[in-house]
Amino acid sequence: MPGPLTPAMLQPLLLTLQVALLATLIAGVFGIGMGHWMARRRFAGQDVLDAVLVLPMVLPPTVLGYYLIVLVGRNGPLGPWLEAVFGIRLLFTWQGAVLASTVVGFPLVYKAARAAFEDVDPRFAQAARTLGSSEREVFWRLSLPLARRGIGAGLALTFARCMGEFGATLMVAGNLPGRTQTLSVAIYSAVQAGDDPLALTLTLIVSALCILLLVMANRLLRHRQG
Amino acid sequence: MSAMSTIDIQVALALNSPDRRFEVDVALRSSSARTALLGPSGAGKSTVLQAIAGLLPGVHGHVRVDGTTLLDSARGIDLPARERRVGLVFQDYALFPHLSVEQNLQYGLRRLGRPLPAQAQERVDALLAQFGLDGVRKALPRHLSGGQRQRVALARALAPQPRLLLLDEPLSALDPELRTRLRDELAQMLDRVQMPTLLVSHDLADVRALAQSVIRIEHGRVVGSATAPAPA
Repeated sequence: MPGPLTPAMLQPLLLTLQVALLATLIAGVFGIGMGHWMARRRFAGQDVLDAVLVLPMVLPPTVLGYYLIVLVGRNGPLGPWLEAVFGIRLLFTWQGAVLASTVVGFPLVYKAARAAFEDVDPRFAQAARTLGSSEREVFWRLSLPLARRGIGAGLALTFARCMGEFGATLMVAGNLPGRTQTLSVAIYSAVQAGDDPLALTLTLIVSALCILLLVMANRLLRHRQG
Repeated sequence: MSAMSTIDIQVALALNSPDRRFEVDVALRSSSARTALLGPSGAGKSTVLQAIAGLLPGVHGHVRVDGTTLLDSARGIDLPARERRVGLVFQDYALFPHLSVEQNLQYGLRRLGRPLPAQAQERVDALLAQFGLDGVRKALPRHLSGGQRQRVALARALAPQPRLLLLDEPLSALDPELRTRLRDELAQMLDRVQMPTLLVSHDLADVRALAQSVIRIEHGRVVGSATAPAPA
């Protein structure tokens, strides 16, 4: 039997939504930008760059987490700088969970955006240029609106992936109840502690949310084809 | 007015694709209202239009319309497409599929983040009326007939008041029956807009109906030209 909704469930749920939303937003900006850039160019080494960008999708989350610890930790190249300039510490903070989710989610939105931009007929941009459009205008008035369904589907998948992020988040942000404990980490803790009702309830919440997101993504993609 | 206008063009470029290398070198001068480039498909006609519109990199030569220089590679002048004011009607029209007929016409008159000037809307309204598109102004391109699409493409290219109009195989996207009917309709529309026009076609009947002078192109080179009075 799943238990009733208690603070022990609400807290990780709200934190997870907050982390996933922010991570999707950041991954979205970078993924759409990078996807657009890669869709419009052909250069030597492009396949290698593409592989690097997609790497977080296939690397073990613990490997990613370890990279991030090395990068943004107190002795890493970015850690002291981030703390001095922005006053953010990423290890064992919820912001660290956002970073982990952003990196893990990025390939999904990047791949979707690139494919969606590549699908846009290049003659639309040419027509727009003969009508006086700058490249910035072509992006905002044509490419982005025409690629919106593919990008929307990619964002939904990214959000779902961020909701379920576990490995890299645990490595970077840890498992501090009320501070960095996201849903998937809370489920792990609940199972370890033998709290089956809590684990079951959280599991059902995650499953329902992810199904909703996948249905959304499918609808967006079906519209694009139609 | 348009009879006085002259176009003076010489464009040369090499297209490299994995399967073929193709060189185009075409020179033409015309003071006819409408000039046609006639040639078989693959002769480089569309490439010439894209070069004139400023859509291709690495074009050598010059493009002058009524004394205004849009390209002069010897003098280092190469205006980007958006500054050339050369209207191009694509072979399959390339209407923006997410915008209504009216929005397609407004596109070239509106700048990002700014409202459409009242004058511009007047121009759009006038074009919609002139091209018989008033009834479909809110429709998306995919709901239009072939003839309507062609008129939208033409009106959209004319909206920002280009100095030169380019038509790429203007009738080839239509089925044969419609093609014959729209040939004369297009000729009449072009008569009304009085805009120096360069069109390309592989069809002699199209060229006869639409243009006063003809330049033949084969394998990226001019092989002949003729000026004939337009049929009455």
